[in-house]
Amino acid sequence: MTVSAGQSLSRLDPEPIPRRDVLGLFALWSMASALLFATGGMLRLPKAAVLPSPAKRFRTVLPATLQPGEAFVPPGRAVALFRDAEGTYAISTVCTHLGCIVRPTADGFECPCHGSRFARDGDVTRGPAPRALSWLAVSLRGDTIVVDEEATVPAGTKVTA
Amino acid sequence: MSGAENGPGLQQFLGNLRAAPRRFVDTMCRTGRPSTDRTRSGFVFGNVFLHLHSVRTHRWSLRWSTTAGLGLATLGAFLITLVTGVLLMFYYKPYPDVAYDSMKDIHFIVPTGRFVRNIHRWAANLMVVTVILHMARVFYTAAYRAPREFNWLVGMALLVMTLGLSFTGYLLPWDQLAYWAITIGANIAQSPREVTDALNITSVFDPGGLQRLLLLGSDTVGEEALIRFYLLHVMLLPLVAGALMAVHIWRIRKDGGLAKPADVDARLGPPPEGVYPVFTEAPAKTYHLAAIVRGRTPVVGHGPEQTVPSMPHLFYAELAVLMLTVFVCTALALVSDAPLKELANPLVPENPAKAPWYFLGLQELVAFSAFMGGIGIPTIVLAGLGLIPYLDREEAGTGVWFGGSGGWPLVRRSLVVGLAAALLIESIAIRFGWLREWFPEIPQLVITAINPGTILTLVYGWYSVWLVKRFQSTRAGALGLFTCFLCGFVVLTTIGTYFRGPNWEFFWSPADWPGH
Ligand code: HEM
Ligand code: FES
Repeated sequence: MTVSAGQSLSRLDPEPIPRRDVLGLFALWSMASALLFATGGMLRLPKAAVLPSPAKRFRTVLPATLQPGEAFVPPGRAVALFRDAEGTYAISTVCTHLGCIVRPTADGFECPCHGSRFARDGDVTRGPAPRALSWLAVSLRGDTIVVDEEATVPAGTKVTA
Repeated sequence: MSGAENGPGLQQFLGNLRAAPRRFVDTMCRTGRPSTDRTRSGFVFGNVFLHLHSVRTHRWSLRWSTTAGLGLATLGAFLITLVTGVLLMFYYKPYPDVAYDSMKDIHFIVPTGRFVRNIHRWAANLMVVTVILHMARVFYTAAYRAPREFNWLVGMALLVMTLGLSFTGYLLPWDQLAYWAITIGANIAQSPREVTDALNITSVFDPGGLQRLLLLGSDTVGEEALIRFYLLHVMLLPLVAGALMAVHIWRIRKDGGLAKPADVDARLGPPPEGVYPVFTEAPAKTYHLAAIVRGRTPVVGHGPEQTVPSMPHLFYAELAVLMLTVFVCTALALVSDAPLKELANPLVPENPAKAPWYFLGLQELVAFSAFMGGIGIPTIVLAGLGLIPYLDREEAGTGVWFGGSGGWPLVRRSLVVGLAAALLIESIAIRFGWLREWFPEIPQLVITAINPGTILTLVYGWYSVWLVKRFQSTRAGALGLFTCFLCGFVVLTTIGTYFRGPNWEFFWSPADWPGH
């Protein structure tokens, strides 16, 4: 772009872009994109590739006296285990709202944090929780039960020996 | 002994020794002691920190009612947290369980440890209070208007930084309070899943999960999360916040000092007798430069400039505010201890598990919908606040409390509307429950879209649009909206703080809480 003759520019007006400034602009933009890529690269680092969390599969044994509908929570785990006539099953006790640990009660579960309530099968009955509690994969090895906290199964999946 | 005996060399030496303290002061000030108009100016622009200020300050800016010293008090609280924070770092160890032990050491064994910790905690809380009040003062005096729009945005970044600093610091003691507040906070970061799950696209598009992963470095709040929060709290956020504060304060100078009303001369009147002589003859050159920098024509025949030297007038006022801030923090630290609960237990949530008080309004909203309360509405609020100076391009009322269309009567009415709307919608939700209690099969997306939080936001928004039409003024709408926003914040925070007990149920007083 050239300044046409006769057009008088004040010192305060923005100047039109002369041809050679295109090079300057190009330099600026390449620097900006280099910065952008570098930032993207640096953001890669904080996103862990391997999660340092404890093992999510564990084994446990149900107490012999466990009644149908009564929850057994293995020590140190956020899982409630049940056994009834149809088989054994596990429901996660991590609230689907904001991750508090729900308490098994006589007629389901309740969350202390924002008052979500869940039915015995994990369905939301009250409160802000957006989803039902997850059912977790269990397998039986004799008396020993193996629970995988990372593998969810459709609600109602119960296993028998 | 006489000087002659010692010879001129030694005499000179002794003379220099005697003069050393005075010379030290002289050299420190670079342009000499600030005793004349000239050296007072040099005192300001010769100092890397002070030159964030201009050399002379307008009398309007020095009035107590212009700023109430709130921005400065925020800065003061920040500086106090810096000093006390560094002291705490001598003993604090950012590793789960060990962190808790080190906090206990600081609290019970380290000399002055508890006092320093208390001051740190109180200064952090004070900073949140003053930053909100400061924002309100800037808003109500319409000081965000051209040419100060950008500084308003810098200020908003500082608001976010302030909250971020408080939030990251909250985890560090690794007690029950900390652990569950952060678990909830991190899951709020994940709450876009509420929407992606409902749309069944989480497996391909999961911004919520990514945010949480970046924050925690893991899928639970553990050692990775603690070290990340520690890094953010002691390095990243203070650095960024410090840099932003420098920009913020420097911009005030570049934007022509604090905002003042157009008729400031009439409002101020002539300077009182005995005050340091006010600058009356403006040197033409400075005027010209200023005109070019600001891109405006110089104002001619506009009366005296009404400025006084920043040293001592402004700096002594600033020192007074800083001293007051220090006084308030230490006094509070003497009478009230920072809390330290039991060691964090990832399997047993606190009941009720409450976030820090300034987030309890959000927690109240989150108890309706995690996504809307934690992300949707805060984003709308921040965007709305950021847009204010770009939408309100009016000029009437700048620099005056409740200036602009509507004025104080409008603010008063908006207070009533804002409080009434918030109280009404909360009472309904508390008394009658919400959609899921009425229609158990209702899809989550409907609740996400229609809940007390979104309804309140809509009511406020609709009210302020109505004000814009009614008064034919954006400022009127902004006055209404901002006032409503403050009302909502206060109501929700109060309910979250005082009226929510175990299971987040409503109680008139903690005395009614069931034992557990
Ligand atoms: C860490 C946070 C902050 C600090 C340390 C800070 C500091 C200051 C200081 C020292 C002043 C001088 C006048 C006064 O004391 O009121 C000021 C003015 C100002 N602040 Fe802030 N501020 C902060 C946050 C904010 C926020 C949240 C906003 C708004 C969103 C904001 C917007 C402004 C504006 C527009 C001015 C110029 C006001 C005028 O010209 O009258 N600041 N700030
Ligand atoms: S975390 Fe369970 S209701 Fe909020």
